[in-house]
Amino acid sequence: MRAVSDRAGAAGAVLAAAMLLATGGASAQDNTLQEIERYRQMLQDGNPAELLVVRGEELWKTKRGPKNASLEQCDIGLGPGVVKGAYARLPRYFADVDQVMDFEARLVHCMVTLQGFDRGALVKSPFSGAGQRQTDIESITTFVVEQSRGASVAVPQNHPKEKAAFDRGKQLFYMRAGPYDFACSTCHGVDGQRIRLQDLPNFEKPEPAQRAFATWPAYRVSQGALRTMQWRINDCFRQQRWPEPIFISQGTIDLITFLGVKAAGGKMDSPAIKR
Amino acid sequence: MKKTFALTAVSAVAVVAGCATYTPPTKEESMAVIRSSFQDRGIAKVDRLNQTELQKICSETGNNPPKDVRERLEKQALAAVKFPADGKWLGDHKLGERIAQTGVGLQWSDQPGAAAGGNCYACHQLTKAEISYGNIGPSLYNYGKLRGYGDDIKRYTWAKIWNTHAYNACSSMPRFGDAGILTEDQIRNVMALLLDPNSPVNQ
Repeated sequence: MRAVSDRAGAAGAVLAAAMLLATGGASAQDNTLQEIERYRQMLQDGNPAELLVVRGEELWKTKRGPKNASLEQCDIGLGPGVVKGAYARLPRYFADVDQVMDFEARLVHCMVTLQGFDRGALVKSPFSGAGQRQTDIESITTFVVEQSRGASVAVPQNHPKEKAAFDRGKQLFYMRAGPYDFACSTCHGVDGQRIRLQDLPNFEKPEPAQRAFATWPAYRVSQGALRTMQWRINDCFRQQRWPEPIFISQGTIDLITFLGVKAAGGKMDSPAIKR
Repeated sequence: MKKTFALTAVSAVAVVAGCATYTPPTKEESMAVIRSSFQDRGIAKVDRLNQTELQKICSETGNNPPKDVRERLEKQALAAVKFPADGKWLGDHKLGERIAQTGVGLQWSDQPGAAAGGNCYACHQLTKAEISYGNIGPSLYNYGKLRGYGDDIKRYTWAKIWNTHAYNACSSMPRFGDAGILTEDQIRNVMALLLDPNSPVNQ
């Protein structure tokens, strides 16, 4: 892991240097935006998430838990044990539980039913804290999403429960609430918007929706950690000044369904690396 | 052969029935699922999901309510603005700049009682020196220089910061005074950032 943090540190220094180089004046912001784009390009050289792919694969294939079973019989939508291309088709309806699940919900389901892990313990701390080792959920998610790289995003809308998930997710996306009156759409429903210098994808347009959806989970250089889609949703609501979305709750799955359908046809490029 | 035909017919009926029987969830049903999907954390409690009338109307109309509704909401918002009792509009523009730079406040990661920032730069250009600004709101560079420093503009600006919906029913900007995000003193300092002729905003 040492190499990983060194790399993150070096990348941060490059960004700081880039910011210093940008001078005052009308075009200063344009220059800075160009430098940030250059920084993002440089990051693509090496993604520490590759290490997690290896760890996640090991966790997937190792017999673990009270039932001493691997996850190789876990059905994440394309049949037991089929991992290739599966993430790109989630969330979807699963007949065995009669509900729509995203990948993280399905993973927890498999860890409980196949391996005998305690659900309460798994959902209590799904995201690693600053400087902590990545959780098993994060590692396994990294391995599985990597197996969909290049696959087209195709979140199904066939089963009535899949349609209902989309419709509820849409209502949540446009719902203004909380002391700041923010909805998801406040930042993600208009073209070309930025918070400070951070571009905000407009989920009402296919191209930005595809680019955003296809690049989560992602390794966040500023946090030195892999972050999943459930984390992305969680941290958006924190900044929206809403209460906390419950990990893998129906509402989060509905929202991810809505975003995924909007991103249909995008080419999965995850785990990505972001600033 | 006959059996195959019968099976095909059955599945065709099932498919048609599947399509025909889909009824979208009602607003109330969706809201119940949304409510059950959030939990209290720190200062951010689930009662934040209780929408005000304005939040509800703006959500359901794509932030574009009918004219009569819009005018009623704006009138209500303006009527509830609390103007400074002592008539003192402007504080310290340097403190205002600090508030404009700070983005903390009212998140579950923030401490109870900690002063919130205004986070103005998240959405607005203000000074020439700060190039890291967002574009969700209009540029406020040279705000006073362009609009003048009179009492009318001060009164308008105060109301706009206190409750933006007074002038634009479904504006994206937070209600800094009305929602208790900033104190009156903090708003005075932000006012000075915009309307003190010596503020870097007006250079």
